[in-house]
Amino acid sequence: MRVEGKGHAIDRTEKLSFQFDGKTIGGFAGDTLASALLANDVRLVGRSFKYHRARGIVSMGSEEPNALVTLKRGAAVVPNARATMQPIYQNLVAHSQNAWPSRSFDLLAANDLISPFLGAGFYYKTFMWPQSFWEKVYEPVIRRAAGLGALVPTYDGARFEKADAHCDVLVIGAGPAGLMAALTLGQAGLDVILADEHDAVGGQLLLETQTLDGLAGPAWAEEMATHLASMPNVRVMLNTTVTGAYDQGDFGALQRHGLDQAEPVHTLPEETFWRISTRRAVLCAGAQERHIAFPDNDRPGVMMAGAVRGYLNKFGVAAGQRVAVFANNDSAHQTALDLAAAGQSVTVLDSRSDAAAQGDYELLAGAQVVGTSGRQGLRKITFTQDGNTRSLACDCLGVSGGWNPMVHLTCHMNGRPTWDEDIASFVPTPGSIPGMVTAGSCGGLMETSAVLADGVNVAAAVAKDLGAVAPTPPIPATDARPTGLEPLWHVPGHGRGWLDFQNDVTTKDVQQAAQENFRSVEHMKRYTTQGMAPDQGKMSNVLALAVLADATGRGIPETGTTTFRPPYVPVSIAALGAGAHGKGFAPERFTTSHAATVARKAPLIEAGFWYRPSYFPQPGERTWRDSCDREVAMVRSAVGVCDVSTLGKIDIQGPDAGAFLDLVYTGRFSTLKVGKVKYGLMLREDGFVLDDGTTACLGENHFLMTTTTAAAGQVMRHLEFVHQCLRPDFNVSFASVTEQWAQFAVAGPKSRAVLDAVLDAPVTNKAFPVMGCGDFSVGGQNARLFRISFSGEHAYELAVPARFGAAVFDALLAAAEQQGGGPYGMEALNVLRIEKGFITHAEIDGRVTAGDLGMGKMVAVSKDCIGKTASARPGLNDPDRAQLVGLKPVGAVKKILAGAHLFNAGDDVHRTTDQGHVTSACFSPTLDSTLALGFLKNGRARIGETVVMVEHLNDLHVQVEVCDPVFFDPDGGRLRD
Amino acid sequence: MKIPCPLCGQRDSREFSYLGHASLMDRPAPDAGDAAWDDYLHNRENPAGVTEDLWSHDYGCAAWVVVTRNTVTHGILSARLAKEGTS
Ligand SMILES: [Zn+2]
Repeated sequence: MRVEGKGHAIDRTEKLSFQFDGKTIGGFAGDTLASALLANDVRLVGRSFKYHRARGIVSMGSEEPNALVTLKRGAAVVPNARATMQPIYQNLVAHSQNAWPSRSFDLLAANDLISPFLGAGFYYKTFMWPQSFWEKVYEPVIRRAAGLGALVPTYDGARFEKADAHCDVLVIGAGPAGLMAALTLGQAGLDVILADEHDAVGGQLLLETQTLDGLAGPAWAEEMATHLASMPNVRVMLNTTVTGAYDQGDFGALQRHGLDQAEPVHTLPEETFWRISTRRAVLCAGAQERHIAFPDNDRPGVMMAGAVRGYLNKFGVAAGQRVAVFANNDSAHQTALDLAAAGQSVTVLDSRSDAAAQGDYELLAGAQVVGTSGRQGLRKITFTQDGNTRSLACDCLGVSGGWNPMVHLTCHMNGRPTWDEDIASFVPTPGSIPGMVTAGSCGGLMETSAVLADGVNVAAAVAKDLGAVAPTPPIPATDARPTGLEPLWHVPGHGRGWLDFQNDVTTKDVQQAAQENFRSVEHMKRYTTQGMAPDQGKMSNVLALAVLADATGRGIPETGTTTFRPPYVPVSIAALGAGAHGKGFAPERFTTSHAATVARKAPLIEAGFWYRPSYFPQPGERTWRDSCDREVAMVRSAVGVCDVSTLGKIDIQGPDAGAFLDLVYTGRFSTLKVGKVKYGLMLREDGFVLDDGTTACLGENHFLMTTTTAAAGQVMRHLEFVHQCLRPDFNVSFASVTEQWAQFAVAGPKSRAVLDAVLDAPVTNKAFPVMGCGDFSVGGQNARLFRISFSGEHAYELAVPARFGAAVFDALLAAAEQQGGGPYGMEALNVLRIEKGFITHAEIDGRVTAGDLGMGKMVAVSKDCIGKTASARPGLNDPDRAQLVGLKPVGAVKKILAGAHLFNAGDDVHRTTDQGHVTSACFSPTLDSTLALGFLKNGRARIGETVVMVEHLNDLHVQVEVCDPVFFDPDGGRLRD
Repeated sequence: MKIPCPLCGQRDSREFSYLGHASLMDRPAPDAGDAAWDDYLHNRENPAGVTEDLWSHDYGCAAWVVVTRNTVTHGILSARLAKEGTS
């Protein structure tokens, strides 16, 4: 019901209509979904989670436990939107949740009838036995009935963002304390962010009739907003909930955008998750009114007393025709005063026997509500006073059990709040979050003038601490309002007193937990699930532990609180993961041959951030195998060109470069001659292989190391570690030159002919033998040539400055095609190296030693190196260790798959009989056979044996012969000729 | 979380990668014996309080940095260059 002359937030000239559960309802611009529903006397808005009890709106903020709805917004379906935080817009469509088939006739409400069996701990007790029933019966049934709201399983196209912000001081909450704090800090010249989760500043002032300096609260707040907006060093972030306090002054915050828009606005994301880095923070989160657990206090129409007057003052909505107030404190009397001033008759039931009326309304002092009735909404309350039980007709009951300071953020780093007898609630413990202080009612102050002054004083101290001093603003004058309170937590009687509305936890559940010896507050929470719903018990926590304290005979401070954890409000995964959808912001590294590769329609595969060609399809080729087989044969018979620029290249210089390489490689490099290349194996300090590659000596004290593509960054970090942390005395320095040089492998019997066509001077076999390197020129530009081979063929790698890479790749391909060759991709490269038994990170997976690879002799005896001592440990030299072997199918089935395990013929297939595993496998067109590399226990001594490869996914049992890992050209003649 | 790199100043911890305790700088001699190597490779104090560990400023200056921090409060107390040696 609307009340004339009230409702500063709505514009009565702009009428809007929207749908709730299919019914068209009217409201005004400025309404929230909750205020518009209340204005239309829609009191039943949803069903509770467990018992499917009828529930109505109780609050005005993000703490709302009941009025969660599903919104249809454009193509998006948004579950669990809080009706109290959602502005209405024309044609908004909202649905209630947890009700089937409808919210007024709900079949699962039968749960409520069997509630004696669904009390605290029912999951643990009921569904334990028989065990086999859990998977087949209990879990599916529970899953069907569980879950708040429902997600649409397809991506709806909604956009989300993540962003970083930095400031001197973050002020959290723009109520009276936050506004004064932001003003004080802003005037001191500090960079300030003022964040508030509502769509306007003012906090509680927007809900009250209190005046400041003669202005109505909302008008004063608006003036402050204008004033702060004029300060360039103050940023006000509305619709922004600070969700967590983290180390070193970092805060998480969730900003919601375009909430009043019918369709997502294309220039705005739905939500932004902010990471705010601060030097200091001032928490001005205010206080929240708490409930009293009297019987059937969850009936629609029972609301918080502050919300009843808030809806009246802000939206011009009377939450009922006939309102009663039940409270244990003075502040709730303001609800009666505001309603009476608007012409409504109100009765206040105050549990305090000495309570006095503050104005013209009926007061029942020493009265307690002991029951409510009304089928789908409140019709009547029953109460006791002076030993008599009477009833009172009303359709709205405003309840106030006092106010809880919003201490949540102060506890995010394991801080515990302190009990304050005066306000019968917890207040923040100073110093709980380094760099954060609290001001206003979140620190326990309940009087507006004190709150305003605290905002100024706390902020002034923060400013001074940061070395910024300026005159503080004057404190606005307000009328004093009484704040007396006498604790009242629960009222016994017939019917259940509800604590946690979202998880359906009652006083009886908490008492039962205590009775069954779940007396610790953390145990009670888990046993009853109190505070474990999406609202994290914002409204119920203090009340529940007061009931527990009573049941266990301890005081509330001794009972303590459960742990408050971020996020303060639910944060959608989409906001946390923003930027990671699809390619997102993942970097892409392209080689200089990328354009030519794409032009040849080569499918790309990712190698770290690099993109490399899988194969280069030719007309008539139907599968990747067709192309791969052709490319392998091409390299073996003519020549192939492959971009190998992605391998890490590290330029190493300095007088101690040789000694340094001796320390990081197993082999000796200090004696390597200029113009020579050597293969090197790098160990971790624990004796396992880190990486392998070649290093060339380009000049005196000048080396070029290559690493595998995958380990390039890791090796660079390792070299820096060895230098800076172990041998800072070495005069040596490194630079990654991976991106500076484009490098191409030219492999095959015709490779020299290709190079001669491209290089300015010809290469001779004699002057440039295997493992030689030197400077050449291509088109007058400097180039480096290395006679190294990863295919076993006569091969070179030609490196040119990256800016010439594309041109040189084209020239090499043109020359190769003249020789009956062409480009080859990763698939062929892999086959070529398996045929030769060359290893990659498929083999050196971090569990492999030099000895396992058959490279034990590469660990030089005469010098130390990283990993040498540990690699001598007996366990790493056990002959029973798995050793690198080649594998070839010998039975009817010819398939070998990487990842499959090896067993002795006749053994049970079991982990205890496991003999090893396959690391790489391919079809070799050269040898017309499937080939594989793998590790087999004591494998080198078992060459010629037949073992069984078992692969469960494809149900394969394949007879394989153990071979030498070098399948092709074991003498290496092709390399040298 | 931020780490004060001695070369780059206060930088976001996401620019760094973590290795382990600063005792990794005290590499034993090759002949120091099994016990010394076992300690070096495997055994770490796990203090509730102040500790020192090694971070690499990968997305910055590539310096290895010894960071003194408190495992209880998560406070970062100081940082120095590893190449300046153990404390
Ligand atoms: Zn740095």
